[in-house]
Amino acid sequence: MAELTLLDAVNQALAHALAADENVVLLGEDIGVNGGVFRATDGLQDRFGVDRVIDTPLAESLIAGMSIGMAAQGLRPVAEIQFMGFIYPAMDQILNHASRLRTRTRGRLSCPLVMRAPFGGGIHAPEHHSESTESMFAHIPGLRVVIPSSPARAYGLLLASIRDPDPVIFLEPKRVYRMLKQEVTDNGEALPLDVCFTVRQGGDITVVSWGAMMHEVMLAAEQMEGEGVDCEIIDVASIKPLDMETILESVGRTGRCVIVHEAARTAGFGAEIAANLAERGLMSLFAPVARVTGYDTVMPLHQLEQVYMPSPETICAAIRKTMAYA
Amino acid sequence: MTRVASFEINFTRYLDANGDVIGKMPEFARDPADLIPLYRDMVLTRLFDNQAVNLQRTGRLGTYASSEGQEASIAGIGRAMRCEDVLFPTYREHGIYLARGVTMTEMLLYWGGNESGMNFANVKDDFPVSIPIATQVTHAAGAAYAFLYRKQARVAVPVCGDGATSKGDFYEGLNASGVWNLPCVFAVINNQWAISLPRSRQSACETLAQKAIAAGIRGEQVDGNDVIAVYDRFLAALDQARSGGGPTLIELLTYRMRDHTTADDASRYRSDDEVVRQRALDPIKRLKTYLIGQGAWDDRQDEALHTGFQAEVDASVKEYLDTPARAPHTIFDCLYETLPRAYVGQMDTLRVRDEAGDG
Repeated sequence: MAELTLLDAVNQALAHALAADENVVLLGEDIGVNGGVFRATDGLQDRFGVDRVIDTPLAESLIAGMSIGMAAQGLRPVAEIQFMGFIYPAMDQILNHASRLRTRTRGRLSCPLVMRAPFGGGIHAPEHHSESTESMFAHIPGLRVVIPSSPARAYGLLLASIRDPDPVIFLEPKRVYRMLKQEVTDNGEALPLDVCFTVRQGGDITVVSWGAMMHEVMLAAEQMEGEGVDCEIIDVASIKPLDMETILESVGRTGRCVIVHEAARTAGFGAEIAANLAERGLMSLFAPVARVTGYDTVMPLHQLEQVYMPSPETICAAIRKTMAYA
Repeated sequence: MTRVASFEINFTRYLDANGDVIGKMPEFARDPADLIPLYRDMVLTRLFDNQAVNLQRTGRLGTYASSEGQEASIAGIGRAMRCEDVLFPTYREHGIYLARGVTMTEMLLYWGGNESGMNFANVKDDFPVSIPIATQVTHAAGAAYAFLYRKQARVAVPVCGDGATSKGDFYEGLNASGVWNLPCVFAVINNQWAISLPRSRQSACETLAQKAIAAGIRGEQVDGNDVIAVYDRFLAALDQARSGGGPTLIELLTYRMRDHTTADDASRYRSDDEVVRQRALDPIKRLKTYLIGQGAWDDRQDEALHTGFQAEVDASVKEYLDTPARAPHTIFDCLYETLPRAYVGQMDTLRVRDEAGDG
C-alpha cells in the first residue's frame, strides 16, 4: 500500500494495464518522452517502449480515429487528450464512429477504447483549459462517461474502463491531480462501472456530485453537520450509464436532494438527475430538488474562476434552503 | 534562394478510351484472357448498381449512391487487395465490397435501412461504409498501426473521394502514415464532383495525388477508367506497403455518371454535354473492346455473362425483399456488449411492440 495522488494512481493503473495485456497501447500528444503535460504517463515509455506509449502528431481527430481503427483490430488503445478543451476536433470520431461501431455492424466490430482527458477549473489555467462539458458526452448513446473523484477511484475505475469492451470517456478532475494523497493498493483490482458510490451516509438530505466538486461537497457536509444536518453524499462516478437506483433509494429515505456540478447549468448533467427524480421519486420529496452549478456563461479566465465555481458556501446555502421546507 | 524540395507526379494508363494499348502492357495482362475476371467484376458492379437505383425509384430501397462510371477504379482495387487486407470505404464502393466477399443481399439490406447489412457473414474486419467524409482515413491509420505492432503482413486501404481531400481527417491520416511508415494505400477516387462542387473548386492543386508530398509519402495518378492501370498500380503499392515499404496515395481519375445519390439532381449543376463526353470514356466498354479485339471475348459470351449475373442480382433482390425488418427491441441489442441496467427498461417497452409485430 502506498500513498498516491490521483495523478500517481492514473499512472499506476496505466502501468498495470500495460504490463498485464500486450494489447494495451497508449497514444496522445507529449505522452511519451515528456510523460504527458501533467506527467500522467511519466516513465511509461521507458518501461514499455515507443511502440506502446506513442507520441502522436498534434491532431486530436487522428488520435480518436486511430484509436477506433486500433480497437476494431483488437488492441485496447488508451488515448490521452491533453485538455478537455481540445477534445472537440475528436467529437466527430467519438459521436459518429466510436460510440456506434458495434451498433452499425450489429456486433461484428467493436470499439474498446478509452479517451482520457483532464477537465474542470480551479488551477489558474489559460483560456480553454478549464471547462466541464461532460453532459455533451453523456448525451451520446453507446458511450460510457466515467469521472473519478479520488486516487483510489481513479485507479480502480481506469482499470475497469480499459477492460470494458465498449468506448469510455474518462474525465480526470485535474484540480484533484495533486490535491491529496490516499492509500492505493496496486493490486490490479477494478472498481465497478455504471454504479454510484455512497461516500457518506446520512439521513437528512442527499447531496449528489462527481469529480472535483466532491471535495467541496464533503467540506459542506462537515459544516452542515455542525448545524445539525446529516448529509448523505453520493459520488456518481459513472455519469453514463447513470445508476439512478442508488440515488432514488437514498432520496427515498431523505426526501431531499441537492445536485452539485461545476459545469454550466442549462442541460448540465444535474438536469438529467433532477428529471429522473421528478419522474420516479416525486412522491418521496419534501422539498424541490436543488442544483448548485456553474453559471450559464463562458468559463471566465482565472481571475474570476472562483466566482464561477460552486463552493462549500454556495452548497451549504442550497442545503439550508432545501432543509427549510417542512 | 536555393531549392530545398521538388516533386513530380506520375500518371499511368495502359488502355485508352478506344480500347487501344498505350506502350507496353504489364506482366499480368500479357494474356488478355487473364483480364476477364476484372471485366466480370465491373459488369456485376454495374448490374447491381442499376438494380439498386431501380429499387429506389420504385420505393423499395432507401437513398442510394450509384457507382456507375467508376467500375474500373472499384474492380481494380477490389481484385488487387488480399483477403487479409482491410478496407475502409466510403459509400460508393459497392463493387469493392463484392470483391471482398460481401453479398449483394447484405448491401441491399444496408441501403434498405437495416444495419444487419453491415454484419458481413464472410468478411471479418472490413469497416462499414463511412458517411462522414474522410473520417475513415484515420481509422485506417490506426488499423495499419496495429498491423505493424503485431508484425502482420497486411495493408489498410482507405478509400475516399475528391471532396474528402479538403478535410482535416484526410491529411491527419496521411500525415500519420508517413510518420510511422504505415502499411496503408490511400485511394482517392476523383470522380470530378463532390455533390455540386467541381474538382476545380475543391482545391487549387494540379493533382490530388500531390497532397501525398506534404505528408512525405508517395503519390501518383492513374486513369481510373482503365482497370489494367488501376489493378497494376494498386498491386504494386499494396506489395510495397505489405513488405515494409510504407504508404502510397493513388488518385484515380474517373467520373460519377449519375447523381450524387438518388436524392440528388445533377442537372442543377453540370451540363448534359459534359456527361455525354464522359460516357465515351466508359471503363467497361473500353476493356470489352480490347478483349474482343484480342479474340479473348465475344458478344455471345458477353450476353451469357449479363444473363447469368442478372439472375444473381435478381435472386439477391428477392432475398432482400423477403427479409423481414428486425424486431423493435433489437435497436438496443448491439448498443453495448452487455446492455447496462439503466437502459433495460427502455428496451422492455419495445418488447411490447415486438409482440405487436411493429417491425
